[in-house]
Amino acid sequence: MSQEQTAVTIRNLHKSFGALEVLKGVSLSANDGDVISILGSSGSGKSTMLRCINMLETPNSGEIIIGGETIALTTDSRGVVRPADMRQVEFIRSKVAMVFQNFNLWSHMTVLENLIEAPIHVQKRPREECVAEAKELLDKVGILDKQDQYPAHLSGGQQQRAAIARALAMHPRVMLFDEPTSALDPELVGEVLRVMRALAEEGRTMLVVTHEMGFARDVSDKVVFLHQGVIEEEGTPDHVFNNPTSERFKQFISSHRQ
Amino acid sequence: MDLLTALIDPLRDLPVIGVFIKLLRGLPMTLMLVVPSVFIGAVIASLLAFMRFSRNPLICGFARCYISIFRSVPLLVLLFIVYYGPGQFREFLTNLGIYWIFRSDYLCALVAFIINTSAYGAEIIRGAVLSINPGQIEAGRACGMSRWLLLRRIIIPIAFRHALPAYSNEFILMVKATALVSIVTLMDMTFIAIEMRYRTPAQNSTVLYCLAAIYFTINYVVAWLFKKVEYRVSAHLREPVTNVLSPDTQPTL
Repeated sequence: MSQEQTAVTIRNLHKSFGALEVLKGVSLSANDGDVISILGSSGSGKSTMLRCINMLETPNSGEIIIGGETIALTTDSRGVVRPADMRQVEFIRSKVAMVFQNFNLWSHMTVLENLIEAPIHVQKRPREECVAEAKELLDKVGILDKQDQYPAHLSGGQQQRAAIARALAMHPRVMLFDEPTSALDPELVGEVLRVMRALAEEGRTMLVVTHEMGFARDVSDKVVFLHQGVIEEEGTPDHVFNNPTSERFKQFISSHRQ
Repeated sequence: MDLLTALIDPLRDLPVIGVFIKLLRGLPMTLMLVVPSVFIGAVIASLLAFMRFSRNPLICGFARCYISIFRSVPLLVLLFIVYYGPGQFREFLTNLGIYWIFRSDYLCALVAFIINTSAYGAEIIRGAVLSINPGQIEAGRACGMSRWLLLRRIIIPIAFRHALPAYSNEFILMVKATALVSIVTLMDMTFIAIEMRYRTPAQNSTVLYCLAAIYFTINYVVAWLFKKVEYRVSAHLREPVTNVLSPDTQPTL
């Protein structure tokens, strides 16, 4: 890997849903080991931006480069932009793990089965290796005793930790977190944030859409503030929280300070 | 005549056991119609259901038409059409090499049943797929699953569980619908019952009660079997077993 190769680079991303333009030219890059917090009020486009990185949403224009590999896009006969090669997208997705707001564990599989599913069937790794590693990961997130339970039998916090372990089981180069604590009861937020802090300290590359100001301030290397589809503020947490230049961001942080 | 005599009286002419034995000679025909038609029908129904999800207007339109037409035509009418219809197109069907199907009464009935149940089944399966939490499908896409893998590992297993209760209903409806084939002179239980009734005194309906009892028993067993299967595949929806053995003695997968 060359020195200048970033883990994720997005350039001039545009995305519209019908007439509604959600992203109006967003650029961002993350080096290996970076933790980037993406802030913004609802409707600012932050989740859409994150979902474009692993092509759960296809941007209308712009460039997405993961580990030096640009995702090839093509425009079909009806003028709709699509990934040119689904194989490439699938390969990139297997390197960019995602943690969802609603956990999205597979309900018909036990926690352990959730963890080994993609490593075995997508990455074609040997089952025994996957199971051993899955158990280590469950131990790490503190729910090894739940390995044979089904997701519906776990609390929200446990489900989200299982989902984080499922993401880790893919050996991802980048981890995307889409509001990972927003669906949790307040008393369960802490256990998930603790796991995420530990991952950040390990040097994982993380892009986190969040409303947790504490996490953004203490853990991230960079904070990005989106407003109406453009990046309004960007910089180290120290810089953006202490000397915000954007009026919107000032309002945003004061409304989130309790 | 008091009630007791009314109940016992018919038994004098017709020993009930004998009636059951005679009727049960038609059971293989009933089963040979239901079991293959529901299973082949389910395969076709799955294909139709997934065609309905296709973005190609031709594929989706075909499935849509098939389902709406064959759900609306009474099974008896469909049975008559398959039974009497092909004679008109004999040459054409012979050239296609499928006329032999329509020479057999049994295969005619089977074709009609498959067409009917596949149209209903397609809607059941489509509903089951639509009821999958989209987040679970997205999670599969997000970790790089191909469409086929997603279908095989996530969508089909979850949809199967969702479809079971409605499908047990469909199976029971099909069991009952087999009684219709007696009209096209297939020797099923109902056909035998009607024959037997012609040869017994007009007021005596024991045969019909016995017939009803057999259908009831079959469907009772069917419902019980579906319950069993449903229980087996829905561990994730039940309350967890609290009194578990030590984790080491538990099967991990």
